[in-house]
Amino acid sequence: MLKDITLGQFFPGNTLVHRLDPRTKLACVALYIVALFTAKSFLAYGVIAVVLLLSIRTSRVGWKALTRGLKPILIILVFTAAMNLFFNEGTPIADVWLLRRITWEGLERAVMMVLRIVMLIMGTFLVTYTTSPIRLTDGLEALLNPLKKLHLPVHELAMMMSIALRFIPTLIEETDKIMSAQKARGADFESGGIFQRARALVPILVPLFISAFRRADELATAMECRCYHGGEGRTKLHVLRYEKRDYAVMAGFALLVVAMIVMRRLGL
Amino acid sequence: MATMLETNNLTFYYPAEEGREATAAVKDVTLQIEKGSFVVVLGHNGSGKSTLAKHMNAVVLPSSGKVYVEGMDTCDEQLLLEIRRRVGMVFQNPDNQIVANVVEEDVAFAPENLGVDTDEIRRRVDAALEAVGMSEFARHAPHLLSGGQKQRIAIAGVIAMEPDCIVLDEATAMLDPAGRREVLSAVKRLNRERGITVVLITHHMNEAEDADRLLVMDHGQVAMDGTPRQVFARIAELKALGLTSPHTVELLSALNESGELLPLDAITVEECADAICRAFGGTVKE
Repeated sequence: MLKDITLGQFFPGNTLVHRLDPRTKLACVALYIVALFTAKSFLAYGVIAVVLLLSIRTSRVGWKALTRGLKPILIILVFTAAMNLFFNEGTPIADVWLLRRITWEGLERAVMMVLRIVMLIMGTFLVTYTTSPIRLTDGLEALLNPLKKLHLPVHELAMMMSIALRFIPTLIEETDKIMSAQKARGADFESGGIFQRARALVPILVPLFISAFRRADELATAMECRCYHGGEGRTKLHVLRYEKRDYAVMAGFALLVVAMIVMRRLGL
Repeated sequence: MATMLETNNLTFYYPAEEGREATAAVKDVTLQIEKGSFVVVLGHNGSGKSTLAKHMNAVVLPSSGKVYVEGMDTCDEQLLLEIRRRVGMVFQNPDNQIVANVVEEDVAFAPENLGVDTDEIRRRVDAALEAVGMSEFARHAPHLLSGGQKQRIAIAGVIAMEPDCIVLDEATAMLDPAGRREVLSAVKRLNRERGITVVLITHHMNEAEDADRLLVMDHGQVAMDGTPRQVFARIAELKALGLTSPHTVELLSALNESGELLPLDAITVEECADAICRAFGGTVKE
């Protein structure tokens, strides 16, 4: 039951999008978001949509995976659409009943907001789908490296993130085991109201936490035994290196932002 | 022969619980372990064998006495990294010592910490995985491997530091018999082919069979010290410590009790069969 929980799901592949440096992908996603929030017209959205669709095509990530990512935010989408539909001043669509409250301006805004959110989610999901968690943390660490000067524990944060990712499957397996053990002794996790079920989880969480702390302690010792002493003087097995394609893609996304700003200025 | 590890009157107390007197986990232990040897430390739970092991690369520092790793005092903080590089430690639970979620990244962890060049890390990772026979799993996720395989990855992670000594602290305790064999044969090969000193802490008798030296710990002290043949022949003493000799020695001893005069130093099944055949006048079949 818990086996299918996935965080930061990754679809391995060998396309251009997969091979890009993780830093490039993170930078491009930032640029893409800026572009998305600068866009003001359907024409501008169209341009961004073309870029997104092109990226999706080259990555060969399936539509199903991308749309599945939208499911959890369906409520937010509906809510945003409704709010924009009903609460915008302007000319009503028709002079009958509810339609009196819906304005043309509201309709336009609603469609735009929904498009913006959908494209935002799809773009960011595309990055996590095509980048392995390790490369993603490596990329984050490298990008945040300048903040070390401000005494921000960048290396430590990246290390914590990668260890957390490493232990997710281990802890899920352990939760499964504890649940089976409790069920064997008559625990009931499936019936009752939401509060009753929540209370039934306590006997799982307590042993899980205790074991997680024990694991953390042992892992810390094991890391020390392998000469871990913080990020200072550390080298890497896989060194991140920018290739020509990275510069090209980044330039492309920078251009997209410029285009959006120009279009906005021209009122397009 | 040169000394790899040396303890001088090593004593260690765990912090006392309230209202109780602190008892020594390790009491006045003085011993030397030779370079290139394969030493097995046996003892039941609470005999202090694990605590002794943790002193060997400065995870735990002595309450009194000294521990030297190739002449370096483990209390000297300046030498800490060098000591830990030379003496690698493998622990009981394989899940709790694997750091990364790709096998080769995990093996690379120690050399990365030591600031080794990227090309050299690559070479060491490949060599270490080769040494434990796990090359084909370089890009796998560790949580999908079996216990024995995970433990071999942990050993590879230690070998990547190019240590002179490996201490296995009950590293086979959580494994099934097949996994235990995998790990043991990997460790034995490292000892034989590369001359890496191995200190194997365990409570499985049969893992001591091919050791150069066997130490039996009891109540924080070394109760017996010798070759496995010498130690296993002392059946009565072992029994008193809550340990048993291998079945082969037990059998020979039982026969002796009923009037035979068999040597008690036959550890392997073949040796035991030979000894019995000879005593009863049969011929040894090839």
